[in-house]
Amino acid sequence: MRSKYALRFVALAYLALLLGVPVVLVFVNAFQDGIGAAWDAVTTPEAQHAFWLTFVMVAVAVPLNTIFGVVAALVIVRQRFRGRALLNAAIDLPFAVSPVVVGLSLLLVYGTRDGWVGNWFAEQGIRIIFSTPGMILATMFVSLPFVVRETIPVLREIGTEQEQAAATLGAGPFQTFFRITLPAIRWGVAYGVVLTTARALGEFGAVSIVSGKLSGQTETATLLVESEFRRFNETGAYAASVVLCVLALVTLLAMNLIKPKEART
Amino acid sequence: MVSRAVPIPGAALSRGLAIGYLSIVALIPLAAVVSKSFENGIDSFWNAVTSPQAVASLKLTLGASLVVVLINVAFGTLIAWVLVRDEFPGKSVVNSLIDLPFALPTIVAGLTLLAFYGPDSPVGINVAFTRTAVVMALLFVTLPFVVRAVQPVLLELDREMEQAAESLGASRATVFRRIILPNLTPAILAGAGLAFARAVGEFGSLVLITGNIPFKTQAASVFIFSMVESDNPVAASAVSVVLLVIALAVLLVFGYFSKRALRHEE
Repeated sequence: MRSKYALRFVALAYLALLLGVPVVLVFVNAFQDGIGAAWDAVTTPEAQHAFWLTFVMVAVAVPLNTIFGVVAALVIVRQRFRGRALLNAAIDLPFAVSPVVVGLSLLLVYGTRDGWVGNWFAEQGIRIIFSTPGMILATMFVSLPFVVRETIPVLREIGTEQEQAAATLGAGPFQTFFRITLPAIRWGVAYGVVLTTARALGEFGAVSIVSGKLSGQTETATLLVESEFRRFNETGAYAASVVLCVLALVTLLAMNLIKPKEART
Repeated sequence: MVSRAVPIPGAALSRGLAIGYLSIVALIPLAAVVSKSFENGIDSFWNAVTSPQAVASLKLTLGASLVVVLINVAFGTLIAWVLVRDEFPGKSVVNSLIDLPFALPTIVAGLTLLAFYGPDSPVGINVAFTRTAVVMALLFVTLPFVVRAVQPVLLELDREMEQAAESLGASRATVFRRIILPNLTPAILAGAGLAFARAVGEFGSLVLITGNIPFKTQAASVFIFSMVESDNPVAASAVSVVLLVIALAVLLVFGYFSKRALRHEE
């Protein structure tokens, strides 16, 4: 029985030293000059703009990836065509790609100097790199697989009997999807949306490359953490980190609320 | 044309949308990286990936990832074991916090480690700008993989086998080695593969704590970043292709083991 306590101690000590204590310290550091200083640090115009920009990333990338995710999951589970296994594997590619490579890849397509189509967009007066569209594309890239991955197993699980019954009773494809399929897979999709949101909120490397890091213009919340730290404004860096930490904890809470419901369906 | 089992109108349309979206967002950009890396021929690709700084950064990334995976295998399995087989107050909170590294932005992960293990460490441990810092940052971001892979398998594991072995006189160590470990191995390897692929590409958590000193603490991802910044997209692309191939190879192996693990369950 002593070995039981030894194992528990070692496991918890490892988690505390790697995860628990350092995260708590971020909160301590953020509030070392008082709550007022921390509040001031995250409400400067640059900080407000950074959080707004992060919100825009999430607000565009997450719905697009969700629609893609559900459609792609339906295609992979319900259709039979050549290259289906390839498509299924290709969707996981963003998990294997370094964020830096994601950023570089977008530069090489949309950059005005090196990019394949960058000049064409520039002639139309559309700026993609060092601007919001490029940052949104980067966010979409890195958070692409989550909804597909979470939806596929649920879709396999529910089968097609209810859908066929609805179709037999005269329901159109849209009606069948919105009244039968979507309600049945909603918790799986929701779980995927939470993961997508967390990833979109936190993306750093890919966005860092395509943003050009213009303070107050193309700086997201994660880029703000870096730039504040480099400017030796530690309170600013830690305070912005606390906001992101809290969002991460909310994500964990959402995951814990959704997971059991997903398991039940 | 529209099969009844397909609830979205137009099978071909939906398939086209899915493939088109994936291509625009991910596949075409990745193709641009591969194309750029070979733009000046295979010799210049080779020169780029064998430049001393590139080799040093790749060596560091692979070495650190390997160390990190080995530590994850040991501690991840241990943590999964404690979370499944042990009971203690606050267990469910600890269980939820395992996923924190997935939810936390990587730049915050780096800052978090810097707060405790950096120059202003409250306990006087300063690993900033060392290779230890690289390993610690990678440990932080890959923590959940092995734990989350092993946990469900351990939950499902039939305890009757263990009891039978024990009643026949096997020691606890023998039971673990001969009964439990073989059952967990596919899951451990699957988690290890994911952790390795993640570690190889990791960037955000390394930026603040490692100092990115060439030949010392500069990981491959950071090297790529510096090549982009110094306007050398060919070299950046070449090293990117190497990283991509490594990650894909590891994930292929992972896929093989996870399939084997699934077959095992059936």
